[in-house]
Amino acid sequence: MGRTVPIDPITRLEGHGNIKVIFNDDGTFKDIFLQLPDFKGFEKFCEGRAVEEMPGLTQKICGVCPTAHHIAGVKALDDLFNVTVPAAAKCIRELMHHAFIYEDHLLHFYFLGGPDFLVPENHPPHHRDFWNVIAHLGDEFGKRMLRTRRRVRELHAAISGSPLYPVCGLPGGVSKHVTQAKKSEFKKISQEALDFAQETIALFHDRVLCHSRFSALLANTAFENHTYYMGMVDEQNQLDFYDGVLRVIAPDGHEFCRFSGSAFQSHLAERVDAYSFMKPLYLKKIGWQGLCDGSSSGIYRVGPLARLNVADRLSTPLAQVELDHMIHYFGGRPFHHTFAYHWARLVEVLYAAEKMVALTSSAQLTDPNIRNLPVAIKGAGTGICEAPRGTLIHHYTSTNNGIVKDINLLVATQNNGAAIQLSLLNAARTMLTKEPFSDDMLNLLEMVFRSYDPCMACATH
Amino acid sequence: MFWCASCGGCEESILDLSEHLFTLREKAEIVFWPMAMDTKYDAVKALPDKDLTVTLINGAIRNNEQVEIVRMLREKSKIIVAHGSCAHQGGVIGLANFFSSSALLDRAYKDMPTITDPGDVPSNTSKLNGTRLELPAMRRSIVPLNKVISVDYYLPGCPPSPELVKDALFAVLSNDLPELGTVFGETKALCHTCPRLSSKPEKLKLTTFKRLHEVEWDANTCFLTQGLVCLGPATRGGCAARCIGANMPCRGCFGPLDTDADQGLNALSMLAALLEDTTPEGLDRGIKSIPDAPGLLYRFGLAASILGGRFQGGK
Repeated sequence: MGRTVPIDPITRLEGHGNIKVIFNDDGTFKDIFLQLPDFKGFEKFCEGRAVEEMPGLTQKICGVCPTAHHIAGVKALDDLFNVTVPAAAKCIRELMHHAFIYEDHLLHFYFLGGPDFLVPENHPPHHRDFWNVIAHLGDEFGKRMLRTRRRVRELHAAISGSPLYPVCGLPGGVSKHVTQAKKSEFKKISQEALDFAQETIALFHDRVLCHSRFSALLANTAFENHTYYMGMVDEQNQLDFYDGVLRVIAPDGHEFCRFSGSAFQSHLAERVDAYSFMKPLYLKKIGWQGLCDGSSSGIYRVGPLARLNVADRLSTPLAQVELDHMIHYFGGRPFHHTFAYHWARLVEVLYAAEKMVALTSSAQLTDPNIRNLPVAIKGAGTGICEAPRGTLIHHYTSTNNGIVKDINLLVATQNNGAAIQLSLLNAARTMLTKEPFSDDMLNLLEMVFRSYDPCMACATH
Repeated sequence: MFWCASCGGCEESILDLSEHLFTLREKAEIVFWPMAMDTKYDAVKALPDKDLTVTLINGAIRNNEQVEIVRMLREKSKIIVAHGSCAHQGGVIGLANFFSSSALLDRAYKDMPTITDPGDVPSNTSKLNGTRLELPAMRRSIVPLNKVISVDYYLPGCPPSPELVKDALFAVLSNDLPELGTVFGETKALCHTCPRLSSKPEKLKLTTFKRLHEVEWDANTCFLTQGLVCLGPATRGGCAARCIGANMPCRGCFGPLDTDADQGLNALSMLAALLEDTTPEGLDRGIKSIPDAPGLLYRFGLAASILGGRFQGGK
């Protein structure tokens, strides 16, 4: 019968999951499964609701990334009501979105995935958490980190009501304008955010990248997956979190396709597995070929690593310099190493902070014209943005009276769903060849999925 | 700290203690917190009964695994706090009770344009590559935490505001305990502390309600006065009017007042009382101008309402 070793629950992530490692009778590795046991049913129970309420309602899929759902939701409404957004409202939405991605990425580095590297190696896996990161880096540093996060979330709250429950998005704009006094405060917070981003990058180089544990992992090809990558870019193929087209590149780095939000159904498909509530996505034109990588497999990845692979360049100077470091370290792009997600995420922290500084310097930010009132209803709308964990797509259709007929949500972690399982399979095959094995080895499997910063609540909406 | 059918927002409400996390560390040893720490279920199961001073549980009850774990946590904990609107009232996830489990599953896993090759809908047991795999059984409907274990205190809100979390948590950890069953937050409705209260006249005379995409509104005047549905009068205060502060009306996440059995019904009668024409036709016209009144008025409390899990079909 063999033996099943459960990792239950998987920890330091958002949402529920467990991993089951299956061994043959002779103790050799047989298989590995990631199971997500939760299910919500948003795609059904949003039917019949008032469509203008969707950005407030669908964000409840995820309390960690409600801002991303709010942005995707309100962009879907812009489309459904066929209304353009004034420059100031776009600027306000973007500022909120970048502030959110900034602090959410920091959360991953200091609380979720980062402790695997920031806590010294001689500590057992169950010591790898924020408290021990702080024990190592010092209370003063910890307080500065928490203060920076709090300040950025205060900026967010001043725009949205609360980063825990942002409500400012309306079709055609936002509900509240930014005063000159607030703008000055936001500018200060953004500069502090940028300073701390640079400090975090330096810390990553000193304490993680130079450390043998991390560099040994980066040198291990068992953690490489040569997949497709998808992310949003602007018309110059620069990274864009808020708006643009979706660009897909092949494992060799060449552009495979690019499409606007409304065409997502021609390019992406969902797969149903009876053993888990997550529906992994794959590239429709290639099809599902099972858990394998390469150009003949429809598996693709999203999120920080993918975005830095699909964008030709970054529009902000400091982040571009850090991206160049990464390119130099790996000897070129695409980056295929799963643990490189950590580095890519911090490049985006820097990028988001630089964008915040730019947005809070924009004259448009304080323009009082923040809303165009819809005059018609098209009845269908798609909203896409880059969430911290990857591309997020909301699609709504409604009656002429604005009642939801149906909604379809393709959420960041679903895009990575197949790749996470593939990464786990490759890692387990290589590292868990035969029993017995240590807790460290099981934790290594958790480190693999943590690299993706998965959100299981999102994935099982 | 543990999560059931939840979104992670309540975990963020703990992280938003920010620098006060250091105070939390001084006052308490945190034993179990899957989002931020690496403790597994077996380690918690091995603890003696009542070993944990307090456990905060967020999320609604969706499946049997959650029931099993919260029962175990009840045994291990002296105090259980239902954290956030899902644990308190069923929350947004409770809107699933408008539909049967099979309708929810069929839509998500069969009848979706992006699913081109539907396989088997996720089920309790399945077999893959010769391995039998199990998923916890889904319950027929969503219920709040106090339907499956006894709950000592409630932290309302979706999610609760960090200030409220801090006050409640530090009160419990200092053994400064309120009466059992207390819902933290204010005892009065949000309306009473709303910054726009002074702009609300004694008596409103509305004929219909307006929708968010139809009108612009004044940023300092009561939403109800401007004809927009705001659930402030039927919702517990304690949120620091965060949505009002963003120039948006209340949607009721802090739940009903102690005196109200059913937030949605109370909201409905509150809104009806604002209508000028009190003939059956006038009331009907007024209330029908609210699209999807059940989904709006019960957004956070359907599972805990008198309609509970029996209200199916979305009507």
